[in-house]
Amino acid sequence: MFGFLLRRVLSTIPVMAIVALFVFSLLYIAPGDPAAVIAGDQASPADVERIRESLGLDRPFVVRFGEWGWQLLHGNLGTSMFTGLPVVELIRQRLEPTLSLMAVTLVFAIVAAVPMGVLAAWKVGSWLDRLLMAFCVFGFSIPVFVVGYLLAYVFALELDWLPVQGYTPIAKGLWPWLENLILPAIALGFVYIALIARITRATMLEVLSQDYVRTARAKGLGESTILFLHALKNAAVPIVTVIGIGVALLIGGAVVTESVFAIPGLGRLTIDAIVRRDYPLIQGIVLMFSFVYVLVNLVIDLSYMALDPRIRY
Amino acid sequence: MDRRKVLKGLATTGTLTATGGLAMPALAQSARVLKFVPQANLANFDPIWGTQYVVRNASQLVWDTLYGMDSKLQAKRQMIESEDVSSDGLTWTFKLRDGLKFHDGEKVLAKDCIASIARWSVRDAMGQMLRAIQKELVAVDDRTFKWVLASPYPKMMLALGKVGTPCCFIMPERIAKTDPFKQIEDYVGSGPMKFVRADWKPGAIAAFELNKDYVPRAEPSEWMSGGKVINFDRIEWIIMPDPATASGALQNGEIDWWESPLPDLVPVLKRNKNIKVDIADPLGNIGSFRLNHMHAPFNNLKVRRAVQMALSQEDYMRAVVGSDDALWKQLPGFFTPGTSLYSEEGGEPLKGKRDYDAAKKLLAEAGYKGEPVTCVVGQDIPQIKAMGEITADLLKKIGMNVDFVATDWGTVGQRRASKSPPGQGGWSMFHTWHAGSDCASPVGYIALRTNGDKAWFGWPDNAEIEKDLAAWYDAKTLDDEKAIMARVNKASMENVTYIPTGFYLGYQAWRANLSGITNGPLPWFSGVKKA
Repeated sequence: MFGFLLRRVLSTIPVMAIVALFVFSLLYIAPGDPAAVIAGDQASPADVERIRESLGLDRPFVVRFGEWGWQLLHGNLGTSMFTGLPVVELIRQRLEPTLSLMAVTLVFAIVAAVPMGVLAAWKVGSWLDRLLMAFCVFGFSIPVFVVGYLLAYVFALELDWLPVQGYTPIAKGLWPWLENLILPAIALGFVYIALIARITRATMLEVLSQDYVRTARAKGLGESTILFLHALKNAAVPIVTVIGIGVALLIGGAVVTESVFAIPGLGRLTIDAIVRRDYPLIQGIVLMFSFVYVLVNLVIDLSYMALDPRIRY
Repeated sequence: MDRRKVLKGLATTGTLTATGGLAMPALAQSARVLKFVPQANLANFDPIWGTQYVVRNASQLVWDTLYGMDSKLQAKRQMIESEDVSSDGLTWTFKLRDGLKFHDGEKVLAKDCIASIARWSVRDAMGQMLRAIQKELVAVDDRTFKWVLASPYPKMMLALGKVGTPCCFIMPERIAKTDPFKQIEDYVGSGPMKFVRADWKPGAIAAFELNKDYVPRAEPSEWMSGGKVINFDRIEWIIMPDPATASGALQNGEIDWWESPLPDLVPVLKRNKNIKVDIADPLGNIGSFRLNHMHAPFNNLKVRRAVQMALSQEDYMRAVVGSDDALWKQLPGFFTPGTSLYSEEGGEPLKGKRDYDAAKKLLAEAGYKGEPVTCVVGQDIPQIKAMGEITADLLKKIGMNVDFVATDWGTVGQRRASKSPPGQGGWSMFHTWHAGSDCASPVGYIALRTNGDKAWFGWPDNAEIEKDLAAWYDAKTLDDEKAIMARVNKASMENVTYIPTGFYLGYQAWRANLSGITNGPLPWFSGVKKA
C-alpha cells in the first residue's frame, strides 16, 4: 500500500505540471487585457500600454512561463495583478467559505440521497420509487440559481427564517455559520442528491438480486438489516466513486451558488479573476482545484480498501 | 411562532452551543455600522493607478483633496486654507489648513502635497497639461507650496478639485513617490475614514473605520466639499455581484444602502415601506455608440452620418432603463443636460422621426458595398448588451452587414485598443457610457477629443474641434465657455465623433432608517445617519 501511495503522490507531479502548462497557455492565447481593465475607461491607449509593461505582459510567452514556473517551484503562486495581494493570501481568505459550503452540501446530499436510493431500489416499480426518481429528474433539470432564488424568496424574504446572503466564519459560532449555509447547501445539493440517489438505486438493484441477499431473507433477517448492513455495504464502492466525481460538480456549482448567496468563496474569486483577466490568480485557483481533485481521487481509491477487503494495492 | 425567539430560547438553554457558544444572527445592526453595497468590486485600492469609479468612490473616504467640487460643479477649498495667484497668472501659492494629519498621526506637509500632485499629474489629462507648462513646484514652508507655470492656467482649482477620475488625492510623500504605473501597498490616508487593510477581501468586503483625528471644515458638507462629518464608526462595503441578492438583502435589512439597483428591481423596492428609492446621480450617464474612424466603413463621414440619422435614442434608452420614463431623456448633444455648458447646437440629426430610407440613400452615396461592420459587444454588462442588440437591429434595418461579436467587457477592453482593420482583429464599433460628471466640461471628457491616433479609441481626427477644446481652458468667462462649447457640440455632431445613444439616470436605494443621503456622481457618506 505504501508503494501505491508513493506512486500516486509522485504521479500528481506530472499531472500538475501539465495542468500548469495548459492553463498558462490557454490564458496566453485567450483574448482580453488586464491592463485595459486596470486602467479604466478614461485611460488613454498610452496609459494602458505603460501598465501592460509594468505588469510584464509585453514579454514573450517563454519568459513569462519560465518566471511563473520558477516561482511555483518555490511554492509561490505569485501576486494578483489587480489587488497586489499574494495569490496564496487571496485563496486562503476564500477557502473557509467554500470548504464549509461543500462540506455542508456533501453531508446534506449524502444523508438525503443514500436513503432515497435505497428506498427506491427496495420499492422498485412502486409509486415511492417513481416519486423519488421524478425528484431526481427534477434535481438534474433545474438550474442551481433557480433553486437558490426560490429558496431565498420563500425562506428568507417571505418567512424570514434565514438570511438572504453572506457568510459567517465558524469561529463566530455554530448557528451563525450554519444559518448562512442552509439555503446555499440545499440549492447546491439538489443535483448532487439526484446523482447519488440514482447511482445508489441502480447499484442496490444489482446487489439486491444477488444470491446472498436471497439467502439472508431466507434466514429471516430483517429488511433493514439486509438493506443497510449487507446490501448497502456491497454497493458502497460505486456510490463512493460517484461522490468523489461529484466533488468536481460541487466546485462548478459553488461558483453559481456563491454568487447567488453572496458567499465570499473561491467560486466568486474565480469568476472575478476570469472577468478581470487576473492571470496569476486564475492560474493559482485552477492549480489548487486540480490538486484538490487529484487528492479526492486518491482518498477515494484508498477508501475502496476499507469498503471492500478484496481490493488490495 | 417566531423562529428567532425559538432559537434565542434554545441558545440560552445551551441546546445548540456545540462550538464556542451560539451567536445570534445579526440582522439588527448597530447604528454606528453602515453596510453599503457599491456599484462594483473594489479590486484594487490605488486611485491613481486604477482609475475605475469604484476606486475613486472608496478613496474619497480615505484620502482628502486640496479642493472639493460642490453640487454647482465649483471647486471649493478643502485641505487648502488659502491660495494666491500672481497678477500674471503664472504663480500659484497654496497654504494648507492647520491641524491636518495623516492616519499615522504625521502632519500633512507641503512636500506630501507636491509628491501627490506629481504622481496624479502623470495620469490625469489636466495634470498632464499642467506638467507641460510647469516651471517649478516647490515647498515654501511646511504648510505652503508654490506652483510656477510658463503660461496661465485659469482652471487650476478645478483641476485639483475635480470629481472625475483620477482625483488629486493627498497621500504621504513616501506613498505618493510610488511610480504612477505601479500600485501602492500602503493605505495611510488623509481623509475622514481609515482603510482596514486586514479586513479587505477583494470581491467580498472592504471596511473603513472612523478617523477620530480628522478635522472637518466648518462649512456644511456638499459633494466633495465642506465638512466631511461621518456618523459611523465603521462602514462596510459588501460586494454583491448578483442584483437579485442585493435586492433581497436590502428588503431583509441585511444591508443599509445599495448604490445602483437594477431598474427592473426598483418597482419591488419602491413597494416596500422600509426602503427609500431616489435618483443616485442627477448628472447621470451618456450612452455611447463609438465608431472606428480609422477603418472602413466608418472612416467615411457619410456612413457615420447615415447611422446617426437612423439612430433612435428612445430605442436605446428603453432597452437600457426599461419603461421608466423618469430615467432617461433625448440627448441631441454631447454635454450633460442641466449643466452650464449643455448645448443642442447642431443636434438636429438626432431629433425627430428616424428616416431609414434616407439613411440607406446616404449609405449608397457613400459607396458602402456591404463591408462587414464588426460590432464588439460586451455581454456581461447589461446596459452595453442592451445597446448592442439595438445597434445590430438598426444597422441591419439600414442595410449594413453586421458582424456581431458577442464577448465580455475584458475582451472589448483589449480589442478596442487594436488599430488593425476590423477583419484582422480590429473593430468597427463598440458601446460604452460616460458618466455625466465627466461630460459636464472638456475636463476628463476624453471621448470628445479628436487628436487622431492620440485620441481615445476610434481615433477621430478633427483639428477644428481640438482647437476649440483647447480654447476652453483659456476662456475667462462662462459666456465665452458656452460659446466655445456650442461650437464644439456642433462640430462634433457634424464630424460624428461618436453618437450619443441618450441620457439616462440610475437609482439608489436605502433602508428608511437612514437619513442624510443625497444625490451626486458618487455616494457621499458625510452627513448620513442611521436611526
